[in-house]
Amino acid sequence: MRRLFLRLRQIARAMVGAPDYDAYLRHMQEHHPGAPPLSEAQLFRERQEARYGGKNGGKCC
Amino acid sequence: MARHIPWILIAIVGAVSLSVVAVSRGEAVNALWIVVAAVSSFLVAYRYYALYIARHVMRLDPARPTPAIRRADGMDYVATDRTVLFGHHFAAIAGAGPLVGPVLAAQMGYLPGTLWIIAGVVLAGAVQDFMVLFISMRRDGKSLGELIRMEMGQAAGTIALFGAFIIMVIILAVLALIVVKALAESPWGMFTVAATVPLAIFMGVYTRWIRPGRIGEVSLLGLVGLLAAIVYGQDIAQSPVWGPAFTFTPVQLCWILIGYGAVASVLPVWLLLAPRDYLSTFLKIGAIAALAVGIVIMAPPLKMHAVTQFVHGGGPVWSGGLFPFLFITIACGAVSGFHALIASGTTPKLIASEGHAPIIGYGAMLMEAFVAIMALVGASILDPGIYFTMNSPAAVIGTDAASAAAAVTAMGFPIEPGLILQTAKDVGEHSIISRAGGAPTLAVAMAEIFSHVVGGPAMKAFWYHFAILFEALFILTAVDAGTRAGRFMLQDLIGLAVPGFKDTSSPLPGIVATGLCVAAWGFFLHQGVTDPLGGVNTLWPVFGISNQMLAAIALMLGTTVLFRMKRDRYAWVTMVPTAWLLICTVSAGWLKLFSADPAIGFLAHAAKFSEAAARGEVLSPAKSMAEMEQIVFNDRIDAALCAIFLAVVLSLLFFTIRTCIAARRADRPTAQEIPAVVAAE
Repeated sequence: MRRLFLRLRQIARAMVGAPDYDAYLRHMQEHHPGAPPLSEAQLFRERQEARYGGKNGGKCC
Repeated sequence: MARHIPWILIAIVGAVSLSVVAVSRGEAVNALWIVVAAVSSFLVAYRYYALYIARHVMRLDPARPTPAIRRADGMDYVATDRTVLFGHHFAAIAGAGPLVGPVLAAQMGYLPGTLWIIAGVVLAGAVQDFMVLFISMRRDGKSLGELIRMEMGQAAGTIALFGAFIIMVIILAVLALIVVKALAESPWGMFTVAATVPLAIFMGVYTRWIRPGRIGEVSLLGLVGLLAAIVYGQDIAQSPVWGPAFTFTPVQLCWILIGYGAVASVLPVWLLLAPRDYLSTFLKIGAIAALAVGIVIMAPPLKMHAVTQFVHGGGPVWSGGLFPFLFITIACGAVSGFHALIASGTTPKLIASEGHAPIIGYGAMLMEAFVAIMALVGASILDPGIYFTMNSPAAVIGTDAASAAAAVTAMGFPIEPGLILQTAKDVGEHSIISRAGGAPTLAVAMAEIFSHVVGGPAMKAFWYHFAILFEALFILTAVDAGTRAGRFMLQDLIGLAVPGFKDTSSPLPGIVATGLCVAAWGFFLHQGVTDPLGGVNTLWPVFGISNQMLAAIALMLGTTVLFRMKRDRYAWVTMVPTAWLLICTVSAGWLKLFSADPAIGFLAHAAKFSEAAARGEVLSPAKSMAEMEQIVFNDRIDAALCAIFLAVVLSLLFFTIRTCIAARRADRPTAQEIPAVVAAE
């Protein structure tokens, strides 16, 4: 039940382009172990700007 | 063999359902037959055609690293779970188009629309999305314009970018027009939509400062606010003070929207755009799911005729006969060129394996077509008299219940004035006459279906305004996001001539480009709103032509790439739908330009009005000489637009043929893919 909820939450967040913070941390650990990662709030703001800033082609009709 | 048996059974169920839909006449057909026919066709098409394309045409290789693996950066390029990415991609492609197009297409009856949605998506629409995703995925997730430049040359890329900008302008105008049509003279609807602005700003502040990134909880708070706005909207509408304050004429609403678009698109994204996108996305997915469940529970009979007399033309909702105009009216549900921009946007950067491409590229588009089928069912379960009352222009049926009932009955769809008044009263509106644009019709249908499942007739008005709110919400999000995207496209284009204009960080070019973009769609919106024939009649075909032409361009890119990969023998997969789309859009564009019938051809219409003006005559529906001149001017602009679209698509056809001939002459593949060995490094 809890797994289903987490999965639905993950899908819902992907629908609006919100980042998966755990995946980001894993990536940073694997590829850039020395570099300090962004905080969850920083990553959220960075992704929000990237998604809605307009360089991504906007929404569909 | 045994593994094919379930699929053969599904195919038989689909064939039987489709023949019930196709041959039943006289007695009412249940809507579920259409749903079952569509779902089984889609399942079989996915299992056989999509996998055939994946294995033989594209030769997808699950071992070949995708951009998300090769260029993983934890931000733009992230290998994403298949189901999660399906949700992301579907939410990005699903918009107002597949809901509105099929509702308008219902004027020809439910059968032509059903058949075209099913055949069109399987052979053209889903192939296009899948193909563009494949091409972009093999090229580091590059965008459509860049892909065309890579495979067909600089000139072709620039022409395509220019075409895409004009298409964006038309889309924004037509979407805004739908909102105007739905909210004009409707204080209840207007209040609920207006309430979303402060609500979204509250959500924006919440996700920015109070609980950063907590989308789930803020969306729940937002939903509570929305429902409260719908409930209290009724009291607002009936209040002697607030009712008139939220009642606007179409022209007033047009200016409000233009002002809104200009301001909203320069605000920080976290303040209004992002939080409203959360609300509108979740509401849209929820409403689509609820509609599917509602249709299955209610199992409504179809009241629209299978085929109406308007297949030969002369329909009040939009002009022209079945060929080619049906195929451009159902724009997004069957084929949508705009999806090529999404399939070459964020999705190819997130896909974890080439093996996921069929379900994401082909599968998500089948889901979109299913949404279109539900919209068509919605329009077809309404009394046809109500349908034509809502969708015919006032110039044809007048503005009161008696004249509308008489005019619609004369069309062959008997209706009593009492039913028109009662329907308006049920959904809590002053009038339902001439509420063109598709959204109000769909809202009445959704109110019918939802109130059957939850709340009974007393809840109809609530559900109607819920449906209007959900459609207006995601259209306003699209207007805001589209204006921002259009600004960057324009800066790129003007930057070709004035290099300094490309600088996206300096404020002046940004403000100028945003202003130009808003002025461009605002112009067409104003033209649509003041159009005596109701606007949708004029603008929707132009939008349909442009969207289907973009699809033809994307499929031509697919054909070019197959030739350059030396897979010519499979190129029919994209050439057949390209040919059909070119035939439909070029003939529709040609008719819109040169048809001698003033109801269809822009130039014939302009000639009729300018000749009358020269004689000093004022033709209905114009009321003055100034309006006569306005009509002639608008016609000529629309004609020029059609000519531009034709020029764009025909020049890209030229580049496609030239590139394909060169590719055939070459003795090895010339496609600019990232080679498998490089990708694996």
